Amino acid sequence: MLDASSLSKIGKLGSNGPGKDCVVAEVSELDGAVETLSHAPNWEAHILRVRDARDEAAFAELFDHFAPRVKGFLINAGANASMAEECAQDVMVTLWHKSHLYDPTRASAATWIFTIARNKRIDAFRKASRPEPEDLGWGPEPEPDQADVLALRQQSDQLSQAISLLPETQRTIIERAFFGDLSHAELAEETGLPLGTIKSRIRLALERLRTAMRQG
Amino acid sequence: MTVSHVLNEKLMLAYAAGTLPEAFNLVIATHLSLCDESRAMVAAGEAIGGCVLDRCAPIEMGSAALTDTLARIKRGRPEARAKAAEPGLLPEPLRTYVGGDVSHVKWKALGGGVKQAILPVEGDATARLLFIPGGQAVPDHGHNGMELTLVLQGAYADEVDRFARGDLEIADEELEHQPVAEDGEDCICLSATDAPLKFNAVMPRLMQRYFRI
Repeated sequence: MLDASSLSKIGKLGSNGPGKDCVVAEVSELDGAVETLSHAPNWEAHILRVRDARDEAAFAELFDHFAPRVKGFLINAGANASMAEECAQDVMVTLWHKSHLYDPTRASAATWIFTIARNKRIDAFRKASRPEPEDLGWGPEPEPDQADVLALRQQSDQLSQAISLLPETQRTIIERAFFGDLSHAELAEETGLPLGTIKSRIRLALERLRTAMRQG
Repeated sequence: MTVSHVLNEKLMLAYAAGTLPEAFNLVIATHLSLCDESRAMVAAGEAIGGCVLDRCAPIEMGSAALTDTLARIKRGRPEARAKAAEPGLLPEPLRTYVGGDVSHVKWKALGGGVKQAILPVEGDATARLLFIPGGQAVPDHGHNGMELTLVLQGAYADEVDRFARGDLEIADEELEHQPVAEDGEDCICLSATDAPLKFNAVMPRLMQRYFRI
C-alpha cells in the first residue's frame, strides 16, 4: 500500500515541475535542443519521424529499445516466449501503421506503445477487439504545440521517477496490477497513486482538443 | 461525503491495465466518450503502464525479428482511427454492440414499463441496457459483486445521489439501493455486473432467474 510519506514524496516531485510559462521560455531558449533535457532518447520524435518520413532508421531504434521490453512485459503478463515474440512484432507493426494517430501532447512514446501492447494482449484472448472510447482526434488537427509536447514529456519523466522512488513493495503492487496478476481484493487495498500532475496535463490537452473540434 | 460520478482509482487502474472483463470495459469505454475527467484519469493510468513497460527487463528478440517486422509492415497498410462521435443518444463503443443508435435496441419487457436488452459480451460479467419510465422505481437491491451503471438518457436518484447523462455509479457489496427514474424523460442506463443482484422482495427474486439480472 502507498503510505502517506511516499505520497508526500510524490507530491513534492510533482509540484516541483515547471509551470507552462516556464516551459515555453525553455523551449524558445533551447530551440530544438529538447533531447538534452532528459537522459532518455527522444522516442516521441522518433515516432514522428516514422510518421512523417517513413524513417526506417528511427524505427529500428524504436524497435531495439521497445520490442524487447514489450516481450518482457508480455512474458511477465503470462505469455509464453513465442507468443510474446510474435505479439511484440505485432505491436511494432501497429506502431508504424498507426503513427499518423499518435499525439505527443497526450501520451509519451512508452505510454502509447504500452496501450498498443495491452490491446494486442486482450485481442489475443478474444474474438472481438477491445471496446475503445470515441476518438477525440476527429476533425481538423493543428500541429501539436511543442511546449505541450515538452511539458507532457517532462511530466512523464517525473512520473517515472516517482515510481522508481516508491518502496519496492508498493512498486510491485503497481507492476502486478499491469501484469494482470492482482486480485480485485488486493487492488481494492490500493489507495493513492502518483497521478496528480500528469492527469492535469492530459486534461489540458483534452480540453484543447475539444476546443479545436468545436471550432473545426 | 462527496459522491463520485466518475471512475475511481482502482477501476481506472484495472481498466488502464486491461484486466477487466469485457462488460466493464464496455461501460467504462462508453463513459469515457462522455466524460473528460475520467478520460484524463485513464490516460494518467496508462502513463503508469508506460512506466511499467519501460522498466521491464528487456528480453532479447529473435535474430531476424526486425527484418521480419519491416517485411510485415510493407505488406500491411495504415490503420484507421477509432470511430468518431456521431450525433445520437448512444456513443461508441456502445453503438457497435447495439448495431445502431437507440432505435436498434431489442428491448424485452420486465414489467411495469421497465425494459432491458442484454448485450453480447464474453466473460463472467454481463452487460445490459435498462429502460426505466420517468418516475418509475427499479426494485431495491444489493450487490454480490460490483455493479457499474452509466446513465445515457434522463436521470435517476438513489440513496447515494442523483445521476444524469454521462454519470457513472459504482456499487459494491456494501451498497443497497433503489434507483428511481426522475419524473419526465424516461431513463436509459448501461449497466454491468459480475454477480447476480440481491433483491429484497420475492417477486423480483423469482423473475431474476428468468431475466438473468
